[in-house]
Amino acid sequence: MDWDKLVQLLVNGVTLGSVYALVALGFSMVYGILKLLNLAHGDVLMVGAFIGWGVLNWLGGAENPSVAVWLLITLMVLGAMIGSGFLGVAIERFAYRPLRTAPRIAPLISALGVSFFLQNSVLLLFGGDFRSYDTDLLVDVARGIDWGPLTVWVIRIVVVASALAMMAALWILVTRTRVGRAMRATSFDREAAAMMGVDVDRVIVTTFFIGSALAGAAGVLIGLAFFQINHFMGFNYGLKGFTAAVVGGIGSIPGAMLGGLLIGLIESLSVGYIEDFTGGRLNSAFRDLVVFTILIVFMLVRPQGIFGKREVKKV
Amino acid sequence: MSTSTPPPEKSGIGVDQWVAEADDRRAGTIMRRVEDLIERTPPVVKMAVLLLPLVLYPLFVDSGYLMQVGIDTLVFVLLALGLNVAVGWVGLLDLGYIAFFGIGAYFYAALAAEYAGRDWGAQWALPVVVAGTAVMGFLLGLPSRRLVGDYLAIVTLFFLQLFLVVVLNARFTRGPNGISDIEPLSFFGREVTSLDGSFYVLVVAFAVVFGVLYLVNQSRTGRAWRALREDELAAELMTMPVDRLKLLAFSFGAGVAGLAGALFAAQQGAIFPSSVAIPLLITVYAMVVLGGPGSLVGVVIGAVLINASMEALQSPGEASPLFFAALVLGLAFAMRPWWRFISVLAGTIVLGFVVHALAEQFWPSLTSGTSTGEARIDDAVSNWVLLPENLITGDGLPAGAAARLMYIGLVAAVLGLTLVRNRAVRTVLLVPILYFACCVWENILLPQPSVTRFVLIGAMLVALMAARPQGLFGKQRVEII
Repeated sequence: MDWDKLVQLLVNGVTLGSVYALVALGFSMVYGILKLLNLAHGDVLMVGAFIGWGVLNWLGGAENPSVAVWLLITLMVLGAMIGSGFLGVAIERFAYRPLRTAPRIAPLISALGVSFFLQNSVLLLFGGDFRSYDTDLLVDVARGIDWGPLTVWVIRIVVVASALAMMAALWILVTRTRVGRAMRATSFDREAAAMMGVDVDRVIVTTFFIGSALAGAAGVLIGLAFFQINHFMGFNYGLKGFTAAVVGGIGSIPGAMLGGLLIGLIESLSVGYIEDFTGGRLNSAFRDLVVFTILIVFMLVRPQGIFGKREVKKV
Repeated sequence: MSTSTPPPEKSGIGVDQWVAEADDRRAGTIMRRVEDLIERTPPVVKMAVLLLPLVLYPLFVDSGYLMQVGIDTLVFVLLALGLNVAVGWVGLLDLGYIAFFGIGAYFYAALAAEYAGRDWGAQWALPVVVAGTAVMGFLLGLPSRRLVGDYLAIVTLFFLQLFLVVVLNARFTRGPNGISDIEPLSFFGREVTSLDGSFYVLVVAFAVVFGVLYLVNQSRTGRAWRALREDELAAELMTMPVDRLKLLAFSFGAGVAGLAGALFAAQQGAIFPSSVAIPLLITVYAMVVLGGPGSLVGVVIGAVLINASMEALQSPGEASPLFFAALVLGLAFAMRPWWRFISVLAGTIVLGFVVHALAEQFWPSLTSGTSTGEARIDDAVSNWVLLPENLITGDGLPAGAAARLMYIGLVAAVLGLTLVRNRAVRTVLLVPILYFACCVWENILLPQPSVTRFVLIGAMLVALMAARPQGLFGKQRVEII
């Protein structure tokens, strides 16, 4: 057994997983409140990644940034969060709200349209080439820390730590504040919440803002940790984020975190070991096959996910 | 469910009565008369009307390009018809649909291509492909059948992703290089090599598929599907076998897509993974949604319209005429009374000349660029819209923040306009936004036609869902929850 490889894969898995968890949280929150699958969520993430890239270039680029590196990264994440947050609010206002009482399939098709529109708008404005965050040129965080057999880039620690910090902040927001209470009430029963004086529309807008802001932050973190972004990246992260949300239990916040981590680890381990296990017949591109199998198994065996409650259909 | 006009608040008329009268209110409108006409025509006549232009098409067209466009259109029509089963009739969001198109194509290649070592005649290969893809559809449906709309969407989307992974990495599909030596269709040893021949094969396939779907829709199964779409729970309580009906719909759609894929591969002589991708999926969705989910004739017309516009948008000589014509026609259709439309149009034209003259006087650099369009209308409007210098680079991409902000500004302005409640204010605001849209079109959208058409498709899907979810020819569904 090659322990170095295993540990390295685990580190990769945790990095990937923390990003998936952020995406899954946005999905899960929106689904919990509107019972709507936001298919455009992955593309909000992609726009966030491009906003972060724009901020990076505006502040001088990775090679000689005009501000301190920690400030640069903070500004990138904040810019992406605000931009993506407002994008999410706009999507809700223009694509979903007019369809709230429409047949179930209508907002999904609308979401498909939004997703396609965002992807191709970015393609139109920025072209199809991969854009690089050049994180390896950001001296302060490109250093590796040497822990015996394992070298961990500082940037990975920054990514995981900021993802965890955001999740903690969200957890406090949802469980300890008035806004959070309104969100939980709305997701439990929208009509009853409205009758109790909760401004449901405002709760929905807030939810979209927070969920999309998390996606935007995830986009920047992906750029920092894995360097490259392009207009189509949202597809993969959206798909994995949703899988994570389902595995964890859709609508549940700890579920989304755990699901994200789980999917990240599984994907990373599949990349490392799928060739050995199949005798070289399948290469690492087939990692999606493993994740898909897990999704199917979960849907068949435990459709409510790890933390979800079983839903009883009411007539 | 969706209504175009909200129920009146006044007490004279109850909600139930309002719903019951929904049909009467629309009795006089043109769209309604067209719908009635379509509904009243006997199916045989409908079929003949649809088929006649198809049969005559090759006789009047002698350009190879137009024949190829015709063939592609028919492939798209088949695809749209197949998608309509799941989306239009049963109301399932099947995002993996296009994978069956790919499976059909690769399956056909495995049966009839030289590299696979098998040389089945099309008369055997096609039915086997259809049956095979239908079984694949059934298998995909198995784990998904209990899932409500949303989970189903994600499982099927993941399935598409998986299909692409397999195709790109497996040995028998030759990865990204694709399979490029597929023999043309041969029925009982007679090869179909000419474009006309392929076209007629597709016409026959279309007639068969359309006929079968028409009969299915009229049958017990078809009624059960539509009942399922309206209310799954109620359908189940009426003892309809919900799971089996969904699986059947999946199989039907997959089979049709497989047939389209096989015919496409045979006609092209090749299949590549890049032929089966998200843009194709969304395009087929746009066809179904524009035509009217659930309406067979509507879906066919939607497919023809979208495919024709996609082709026109890609050729530099036709993109601008199409854009401006669509803009003017759209306005004429949407604005009542007619003098409002005329004054907006006139106002936009006048505004354009004023702005252009002012810019020429004070900021000449704003008008010194050239249009990339090649149509006559591009020459005409280049003296009317602002064409700043160096806004885009040589390969059509925006050169800097200015061009990007222009595009984003247009999107924001159009969205903002929909929020304005006051009709007069909205009409006045429409004028500068229209002019701005024309500027963005000439400067940013026109240089990149292949991306622009997908941008437009995405925007169209959102706008259609909000404004007219029943599409052009679908049945408006009135229900109040």
